[in-house]
Amino acid sequence: MNLTLYVWRQKDAEDKGSLEKYDARDINHHMSFLEMLDVVNEGLIQEGVDPIAFDHDCREGICGMCSLMINGRAHGPEKATTVCQLHMRHFKDGDTIYIEPWRAKAFPVTKDLIVDRSAFDRVMQAGGFVSVNTGGAPDANALPIPKANADVAFDAAACIGCGACVASCKNASAMLFVSAKVSQFALLPQGHAERKQRVEKMIAQMDEEGFGNCTNYYECEAACPKEISVRFIAKMNREYLMATIAK
Amino acid sequence: MKLESKVPSGPLAEKWDKHRFESKLVNPANKRKFSAIVVGSGLAGAAGAASLAELGYNVSCFCYQDSPRRAHSIAAQGGINASKNYQNDGDSTWRLFYDTIKGGDFRSREANVYRLAQVANNIIDQCVAQGVPFARDYGGLLDNRSFGGAQVSRTFYARGQTGQQLLLGAYSALSRQIGKGQVRMYPRAEMLDVVVVDGRARGIVVRDMVTGKISSHAADAVVLATGGYGNVFYLATYAKGCNVTAAYKAYKKGALFANPCFTQIHPTCIPVSGEYQSKLTLMSESLRNDGRIWVPKNRDDKRAAADIPEDERDYYLERKYPSFGNLAPRDISSRSAKEVVDDGRGVGETGVGVYLDFADAIKRLGKNVIEERYGNLFQMYERITGEDPYTVPMRIYPASHYTMGGLWVDYNLESTIPALFVAGEANFSDHGANRLGASALMQGLADGYFVLPYTLGNHFARAGVSNIKADHPEFKKAEEEVKERINKLLSINGKRSPDTFHRALGKIMWEYCGMGRNATGLKKALQEIPALREEFWQDLKVMGSADELNQQLELAGRVADFLEIGEVMCYDALTREESCGAHFREEYQTEEGEALRNDRDFCYVSAWEYTGVGKEPNLHKEPLVFENVELTTRSYK
Amino acid sequence: MTTSQASVSFTTASVGKKVLMAITGICLIGFLIVHLIGNLQLFIGQEQLNKYAETLQSLGGLKWGFRLFMLVLAVIHVWKGVVLWLENRRARPIGYHREDTVQASLSSRTMIYTGLLIFAFVVYHLLHFTLIVTNPEYAQLKDSVGRVDVYSMVITGFSNYAIAIAYLIAMFLLAYHLSHASESFFQTMGWANDKYLPKLKILSNLFAIVIFIGYASMPIAVLLNIVKLPGGGN
Repeated sequence: MNLTLYVWRQKDAEDKGSLEKYDARDINHHMSFLEMLDVVNEGLIQEGVDPIAFDHDCREGICGMCSLMINGRAHGPEKATTVCQLHMRHFKDGDTIYIEPWRAKAFPVTKDLIVDRSAFDRVMQAGGFVSVNTGGAPDANALPIPKANADVAFDAAACIGCGACVASCKNASAMLFVSAKVSQFALLPQGHAERKQRVEKMIAQMDEEGFGNCTNYYECEAACPKEISVRFIAKMNREYLMATIAK
Repeated sequence: MKLESKVPSGPLAEKWDKHRFESKLVNPANKRKFSAIVVGSGLAGAAGAASLAELGYNVSCFCYQDSPRRAHSIAAQGGINASKNYQNDGDSTWRLFYDTIKGGDFRSREANVYRLAQVANNIIDQCVAQGVPFARDYGGLLDNRSFGGAQVSRTFYARGQTGQQLLLGAYSALSRQIGKGQVRMYPRAEMLDVVVVDGRARGIVVRDMVTGKISSHAADAVVLATGGYGNVFYLATYAKGCNVTAAYKAYKKGALFANPCFTQIHPTCIPVSGEYQSKLTLMSESLRNDGRIWVPKNRDDKRAAADIPEDERDYYLERKYPSFGNLAPRDISSRSAKEVVDDGRGVGETGVGVYLDFADAIKRLGKNVIEERYGNLFQMYERITGEDPYTVPMRIYPASHYTMGGLWVDYNLESTIPALFVAGEANFSDHGANRLGASALMQGLADGYFVLPYTLGNHFARAGVSNIKADHPEFKKAEEEVKERINKLLSINGKRSPDTFHRALGKIMWEYCGMGRNATGLKKALQEIPALREEFWQDLKVMGSADELNQQLELAGRVADFLEIGEVMCYDALTREESCGAHFREEYQTEEGEALRNDRDFCYVSAWEYTGVGKEPNLHKEPLVFENVELTTRSYK
Repeated sequence: MTTSQASVSFTTASVGKKVLMAITGICLIGFLIVHLIGNLQLFIGQEQLNKYAETLQSLGGLKWGFRLFMLVLAVIHVWKGVVLWLENRRARPIGYHREDTVQASLSSRTMIYTGLLIFAFVVYHLLHFTLIVTNPEYAQLKDSVGRVDVYSMVITGFSNYAIAIAYLIAMFLLAYHLSHASESFFQTMGWANDKYLPKLKILSNLFAIVIFIGYASMPIAVLLNIVKLPGGGN
């Protein structure tokens, strides 16, 4: 099939950038979306045009590196699917596809479709951990954890940190990402000792990074490739309130 | 060069304790004076960097991804082994040790493997304390499963995403230290050389992948935790960015490369669908518990699977291995798939694949049971192939997914370059000629959490603080060499993109140094690889410049190194005139087509020394001595 | 950290601001319910409504205290809402060329607009019926026992088509605002979970409909001549 692409091109962080039109010819419907871009890039190289830069790594939907806004949807039209797992059979011959980078003040564009998501790392550094040094851990079975809690903690822990929640949120809010980590640790006894400081510090850092506020649109949940529920945002709000009241 | 494994004396079970006691300690007040560089932020790298920082050393950590959380350890599905014996089914440190060394077909060091089995239990404790959400039973205690043919249930798991959860645990520990300022993190940074001063590793040269800036970093020790080189096959289950560059630069600077031909091919991957294919995706091996593997009996049978009658199907694993059938070990089932495809009986559009059929299982157990067991895997398969495995048999084919070989290290994980340590998949140490399921995560974390903090401390205490800084002339020299190589890649101005060379190399490696190898093929590869390399340096086209984010340039540099390591792998495969584990030399097999190991002549580690591009490397041998286990033959008939 | 610092950081933190929105919002919702119950006495008749109005008037200082309190709540709610909106715009300085919406409701995406329009309406409403600025002639209306004739005032007011329609539109916007707001309250306060969340959505919509019907019933009843001025004509 043949497609028309409008792709965001931007040389570096300072460049203004613009949407450019490209033709994708003879695309096989078994290709993944990124393989389609590989083919377009190979063509661009032959024409002497700088290939389109985009982030990708594992290409099996778990590393969270790929990050494309496709026709206005984070990771494209398929539910619970990262771009690398999106296949061209979901598009039709003659389709026009807009490909843009994640857009948020906290995620500045580095080049073309690549953005800087280090804000997420800094939020994690502020409190996304259990303070336990290597070596001092008690036996793993010393602390039974109800299966239900462990399962819900896992649901939260499944986050791959791709940033689709921020990209799809009309407010560029990072609440789903932050709440997933806060909830994971709040649900497990290991995380209890620090739960109050953790939620306060992570939210303070999130605010400092310039993410927007949550106004309960729930677009994040729809875009999340790991289907992380907005109930975790409610959980984090509660954690935050409890921490503040306790003061 | 004499290879000293530095394995401590004494009984096997006491070696590690003894070694820890004999290690010198760094005074707590002096720890801040020592610095370490950790390259890579996967399980081994992140765990190592965090643990060293917790002790008070100054750590710099580098990774090529945009965040340390994305290292490819994240993709491991199955689980992590430990001999906790929570299931009361007879597991013990000794059994885990024995299974691992036997699984490796007796080509690994006893002492290293025993230590791995010993610290495995600590890993589980550590991870649980970090908040890793392992699967639990209704009593709230940890659940285990049997994995990869093990006779005991010793595998801890977190749904099908164990690697992700363990990596995020290590990443959280690392994040904590970054937040404290004890680790300086350099994401989107690619290590392009190791700097050796007076025979000791003193630092690295790094390219900032955003700005293109080349910089030097000095430290008292350098740890490489840079993963495996399986992407040499181009199509692999590795992340696209995985590369051999860091390890290869160390090899060029004098570190020996051990057992490079030991590469594992996983039998159940989704097959290639066309020329454009960029990577392969693994499907959990557990599918073989209920699926039946078959191909048509007749060549070039283009009928749909459902139209092929029962008596025209060849259930080749069940036929050849009646007792193990579809559950035959990874290497055996991979090789058998290759055989039938080579025979022209492969299935699918490309003819490179075999059926994994659930029709019988669905008939016997009902669709619900199958859905319960494999629902998410079936979904993943359908997402990628667009076919419904409940109605059409799955197509699978083997793919490269782990490298047992790697930089040679001693018991301390120190390479032949003093002060250069290697951890995780990047070293060769624990898996011999074949890795068992759920052992990779165990080794990465063992090295990072529980081995490096001790052996590096001992190293620091004995060597003292280095006064060599990044402005030393050796660093400048290395920087110039790195820049020169980059300029060379950019100035060829040929016609072919780096990716096309990578694909071409992958085809050669897969054909001649893949699942089955023979002297003729390997010799052919040793002619084709240098020719391809020649063409690479004549006809490469890299767009853009050195001082910007340039993905083509990154790739070109990595492919250049793959074009050299491929040759080392072939030399290794050629000289190892036996079949063991994942290394199957077609000339050395039993009458039934089984691997024929030769313990008399090849019970050693092959460690290769760089002698120049295109020159045959020097082979050094580290004999493997087995004092505690008896060498036996694997049989799955 | 002292309490004052804590409260400062609470009211400026993202989650804190939301909680303020939620708490002021729920108080305003509470007022809406009480206000509606009071107003619906219109249907009982002139005597009842005017008596109720007089009782409220007789509260004196308490009345003013309550009015001031509600005003402060409303101002905080609007002010924080505008601040959030501005911040959210700043969080994405460059937008998308193509933007799709999967599950965010239109009401959730128009909160700032419906909110500001409702605020403007409240100002008008206060000037209209409470302070009697826009239609000073209402002040002359007294019932047979000399009380302020709120009953006649309402009917006179709604007999004007322009005013009645303005009220109806405002009530629609209010209900639309509430359909997202009441559900949002539970989410923001952390009282939503998997079990309740879908039900909350339905309850929230139902509540909005009830409020709309309740408030809209009065101008409609007047327009349809169901309630009439005491004299019979209007």
